[in-house]
Amino acid sequence: MTFLSLSHIQKSFGQVQVVSDFNMEIEKGEFVSFLGPSGCGKTTVLRMIAGFETPSGGTITVAGKDQSGLKPNQRNIGMVFQAYALFPNMNVFDNVAFGLKVAGRSKPEIEARVKEMLGLIKLEHLAERFPYQLSGGQQQRVALARALAPKPQVLLLDEPLSALDAKIRVSLREEIRMIQQQLGITTVFVTHDQEEALSISDRIVVMNAGAADQIGAPAEIYNRPATRFVASFVGTLNLIEAKVIDPVANRISIGDQGVTLREPLGPVKAGDTVSLALRPEAGSIAEGAKGDTALAGEVVSSNFLGSVVRTRMRVGASVISFDMFNSPGLRPPAVGETVTLRFTASDLLIIRD
Amino acid sequence: MSVWARIAGWAALIFGLLYFFVPLGGLFEFSLRARRGVYSFDAYARVLADPQFQATFTYSVVMALVTIAIGILIVVPTAFWVRLKMPWARPYVEFLTLLPLVIPAIVIVFGYIRLYNTSSWLPLTGSTLGTNILLAFGYTILALPYMYRAVDTGLRTIDVATLTEAAQSLGAGWATILGRIILPNVIAAVLSGAFLTFAIVIGEFTLAALLDRPAFGPYLQRIGANKAYEPFALSVIAFAITWGCLALIQLVSRFQKTAPAKA
Ligand SMILES: Nc1ncnc2c1ncn2[C@@H]1O[C@H](COP(=O)(O)OP(=O)(O)OP(=O)(O)O)[C@@H](O)[C@H]1O
Ligand SMILES: [Mg+2]
Repeated sequence: MTFLSLSHIQKSFGQVQVVSDFNMEIEKGEFVSFLGPSGCGKTTVLRMIAGFETPSGGTITVAGKDQSGLKPNQRNIGMVFQAYALFPNMNVFDNVAFGLKVAGRSKPEIEARVKEMLGLIKLEHLAERFPYQLSGGQQQRVALARALAPKPQVLLLDEPLSALDAKIRVSLREEIRMIQQQLGITTVFVTHDQEEALSISDRIVVMNAGAADQIGAPAEIYNRPATRFVASFVGTLNLIEAKVIDPVANRISIGDQGVTLREPLGPVKAGDTVSLALRPEAGSIAEGAKGDTALAGEVVSSNFLGSVVRTRMRVGASVISFDMFNSPGLRPPAVGETVTLRFTASDLLIIRD
Repeated sequence: MSVWARIAGWAALIFGLLYFFVPLGGLFEFSLRARRGVYSFDAYARVLADPQFQATFTYSVVMALVTIAIGILIVVPTAFWVRLKMPWARPYVEFLTLLPLVIPAIVIVFGYIRLYNTSSWLPLTGSTLGTNILLAFGYTILALPYMYRAVDTGLRTIDVATLTEAAQSLGAGWATILGRIILPNVIAAVLSGAFLTFAIVIGEFTLAALLDRPAFGPYLQRIGANKAYEPFALSVIAFAITWGCLALIQLVSRFQKTAPAKA
């Protein structure tokens, strides 16, 4: 059942349209990420849900209730900010208690709830500390506890991890996901980091220039990007230009090597150009590698990336990257060597814009 | 830096200090001469024992506290709102708050008397309470440049917009946000504005005299015109009060650096 619904949301600042026709239905307890490049309108959509911005058009409903006309402090929507935004004049306990005090809860109730929240983020021992005495990661956990304490209907997080260093970023995002699942709270998480979005979301909304380009589960977004934008933004992807040989037989050529696609080509004619996408991890050049399709090419470069070796080879006018898992016995191909990449034809996606 | 430059620097500093302290020293020395032939604090004793002194000083202290309260109530929400919602208006508001420095107090008070005299639509000068209120608001205007600047500077040290939004998302209304988040975080700035206000109000002459209120400023002037040594003792006392206020400002601003008020 839909819990948070955004329908035909638009937002303009003066003449500039920042969000155009944004639609999304979010289930109760779902964890949805907004993923997109800087300036695509993620924060703006989030702020409209929170009530800090008024949509220029469209409706937002939470639990069936239209939110228009409700002030931010009447919505009961929790928010976590990139800059933590803890109240500097209050210690951890009072920060977490703030929403409960405002709601006029009784003292014992507040105490119990704050304890529970601090337990959730494992910071009971720091209840007396002030924000300036905490690390960034600790501050953000307190901010999370503060947002969750008054039992909000929806939790919004705007790039909560981008001010933290890489290690904490990974551990905290898992913690956020765990807490979210434990409480079953409907959550919208904004990020421009695709790995972050892919790793913790139930569904991802890939945003481009103020609209949702694609909405889907992480695997779906990754494996079946719907647009060229999604394909290029999510993960590393080879974009290959191919020429149509026979539209009926789904036959195309890359360089001068013929390939038969699984996916129907659709309304194109022989000689047209089509764009194909191929993930670097889809193919292999190992002896006896499986796959119904092969492309031969000349190695341009080979880079050691830790757990994988990424090799680039030239096929006709396109350069295709592929990854090999690192192992002690691995011999990366030499530059100039000719290799044959094997993969399954269904891994070749047709990109339609 | 050459030796000569260093010497020149010290010479300038010493000259400045002498320029400032010699007259003060003279003032202090003279105030001790009330008894013929020996130094004594007789002048101070007489001043402090004067019931007029006590009455006017108390009156001015109370007025200063009222002025500070009005100032905080007006300035904190205004500066907050300007920062939050109307950043474009900041230069204009700043200009407005500077006007009392440019417009002489005498002009302000004649304006008041014209606007609020006994035959006006709001006859504030018709009653003692009304005149006191008028005086407090006049003082608030005089202190506005200092109060506004202090509070605005204080607000600059916190992320007003995000803290406000965080509080709103937790259900807080404007009064809670101002009282529980904004004010506690700029309290040091507010206090320094308050001490400046105090120093201004304690010595103010024009408004109090023309509105005919028994304040400390007119008393200072009266004593000065009629007594020999007491005015000098009073001047030293007035200096001490002002400096006490400045010292408190210093103390408070240092206090803020270590207190939890800073993120
Ligand atoms: N108050 C405003 N007035 C005018 N333009 C605005 C305002 N807020 C945002 N914008 C514009 O709207 C666009 C989208 O901004 P938004 O903050 O939503 O982007 P974002 O996707 O969150 O980007 P980032 O990843 O950098 O945070 C930007 O071009 C921004 O300049
Ligand atoms: Mg943003």
